[in-house]
Amino acid sequence: MSVQSATPLDVLNAARELRAGLGEDLHDHLSEALYTDAARLADRAVIRPDERPRFDLDRTLDRLLTSRMLGFPIMAALFTLVFWITIAGANVPSSMLATLLVDTIHPALKSGAASLGFPWWLSGVLIDGAYLAMAWVVSVMLPPMAIFFPLFTLLEDFGYLPRVAFNLDRLFSRAGAHGKQSLSMMMGFGCNAAGVVATRVIDSPRERLIAIITNNFAICNGRWPTLIMVSTLFIGTAVPAALAGVISALAVVGIAVLGVIITFIVSWALSRTVLKGEASVFSLELPPYRPPRVLQTLYTSVIDRTLIVLWRAVTMSVPAGIVIWTISNITIGDASLAEHLVSAFNPFGLLLGLNGVILLAYLVAIPANEIIIPTILMLTVLTTGLSGVGSGAGVMFELDSDNAIREILHAGGWTTLTAVNLMLFSLIHNPCSTTILTIYNETKSVKWTAVAALLPLALGFLVTLTTATIARAVGLV
Amino acid sequence: MQETPVLPKPDALAAGCATCPMNRHLARLGVNVDNWDYVVALAGNPNTGKSTVFNALTGLRQHTGNWPGKTVARAEGGFQFGDKRFKLVDLPGTYSLLASSVDEEIARDFILFGAPDVTVIVADATRLERNLNLVLQILEITDRAVICLNLMDEARRHGLTVDDRRLARDLGVPVVPASARRGEGIHELLQAVHDVATGAIQPRPYRLKTTHNPALDAALEQLTRQVEAAFPGLPNARWVALRLLDGDAAIEQAVRDGSLGDLSRGERPPAPDERLMVAEVSA
Repeated sequence: MSVQSATPLDVLNAARELRAGLGEDLHDHLSEALYTDAARLADRAVIRPDERPRFDLDRTLDRLLTSRMLGFPIMAALFTLVFWITIAGANVPSSMLATLLVDTIHPALKSGAASLGFPWWLSGVLIDGAYLAMAWVVSVMLPPMAIFFPLFTLLEDFGYLPRVAFNLDRLFSRAGAHGKQSLSMMMGFGCNAAGVVATRVIDSPRERLIAIITNNFAICNGRWPTLIMVSTLFIGTAVPAALAGVISALAVVGIAVLGVIITFIVSWALSRTVLKGEASVFSLELPPYRPPRVLQTLYTSVIDRTLIVLWRAVTMSVPAGIVIWTISNITIGDASLAEHLVSAFNPFGLLLGLNGVILLAYLVAIPANEIIIPTILMLTVLTTGLSGVGSGAGVMFELDSDNAIREILHAGGWTTLTAVNLMLFSLIHNPCSTTILTIYNETKSVKWTAVAALLPLALGFLVTLTTATIARAVGLV
Repeated sequence: MQETPVLPKPDALAAGCATCPMNRHLARLGVNVDNWDYVVALAGNPNTGKSTVFNALTGLRQHTGNWPGKTVARAEGGFQFGDKRFKLVDLPGTYSLLASSVDEEIARDFILFGAPDVTVIVADATRLERNLNLVLQILEITDRAVICLNLMDEARRHGLTVDDRRLARDLGVPVVPASARRGEGIHELLQAVHDVATGAIQPRPYRLKTTHNPALDAALEQLTRQVEAAFPGLPNARWVALRLLDGDAAIEQAVRDGSLGDLSRGERPPAPDERLMVAEVSA
């Protein structure tokens, strides 16, 4: 083998021969050589202060936030605070937006359409269907998001999320999953599609699949408003008014925590059965705490997150509004298509402690979980034949007060069990269509996409069935 | 008699800003990067403010987060400096290019096969030693690098002084101290990138001299000669030899299918596979 006439193949062969004579620890030697040089160069360039600061704020904070005793309580307290501020702060702007978009603009549009001579179905589909769905989504979602996202982003910029990941890491490795799954889960709390993409940081395909399948148990933006609203209406009102805000916030946190617990259980089950293997080791950097740049954070979280998420919700709500209006206005026999569907779903829904309306709403809302509540309200009014609210079949509406919403839901046969199970089902059901598509793009596997979509749904049925059965057995309903 | 200080009028101040050399030279092009003169890769450890540097250069507002693993996919943007247009490619943040996770592979493949005209390595001034691990690995692959010594404000806050000139001499590439969050050092960084791209500065990067293991050094020397013979003109023969000794499948493949040959002839191989293309991460 002469060096002068080396071909690519010669090079490969030579490498193989030479490697055989080198032993196994080549990788370690290389890393060591690198570290030695890096340390030497850094040492020459960095001049440290003569005196170490006596009090290191970063280290003290870390000791507190990642402590075995206090880590989790601090985490729960911080998140409860964030939700409490969101719930308490969003009420007033929400009802102001509703007054503007629904009580003022909607009638104006209707009379405008009437004076232009629109046929009833056209103004129905456009204004009662598409416009109202959009108006509802904006007034319900914008205020909580505009409060929640900046707060969450401030925590993120401060450097708190890696500490959360650090706290959770021990649990993840015990569940046979990769510690970095805590990072993709954190992303999932914003958006599951983004969380699924974030699992790319996990090297092992096995652990990555676990992270993808369980990402859905991190509650995304689209589901926070549903949880916050149901919790405010049904859980908050069950306790003295002074405590309502805190208790509703705690209920939402409870559901989020339950999501994390389910993530562990499902990860554990998967890694013991179909995705067997050991957890890999990795190093998680705890970055320095940085004082958040408040104004910049407000700007980017409003632009980057709030408006993008809102825009997605709005574009999804328009076709959904059209669908709802249409199925409510197409009559087959003695009832509308929507009523037929609701009565078909009702037996199974009631068995689960939910009802047919909720199941139909989840079917309509596969593209965007954001529109669950308006869809449920509209369908409830339709099927219970309530008069004096809304403005006819297929109209999604905003009611003036939370009380009125509760009245309607009570009329639709809602109990506390329905509310609790709706919150549970909101946590545990199939991912939205965007997420499903993302899962397919990331895994390129129909099988795993189907598992990721159907496993949570089956689990959701199971969990709600269990709570409903228990509630019935002890005579709560 | 007391003199009244003459203050410039607000308008005059604003005009001064508009004509300041910093603004005259830099035009942020956002995502409009159709006709570029140079490709610049942006590499660095996670959480060194890489995305902040990216935003400062391109005027884009990629969300920056204070935690590792934020940028999983490659993001691209553009800027114009002087009369040259640059395409900036933001690579995933990694601690090393040795291991084989997807993000490290994306970064490594782009620096090697994407053959960027300049690679900007963002390093955290407060954690220089650990950041230099990656810097040294990148300098093994490419000559054309500029180091952005970021977070200098935090280093000052911690009482650290970093001698950037000594570091530049030791590493053999330009080192620009910066605080990207405050916009400090961005102009100097652009100038250095421009100079390396146009060849006004020709870096002579530091290369690992020995692995502190005689047997390995000997094998490495022998294989390096082979690589040089098979691919004359390859700028990083020693590193390629090292990777081959380590059994790096991607490099073996590059030797086999000739894309390494393209590099040695100064050509840019066809774009690496789809996975490396920009993935839109919907928020």
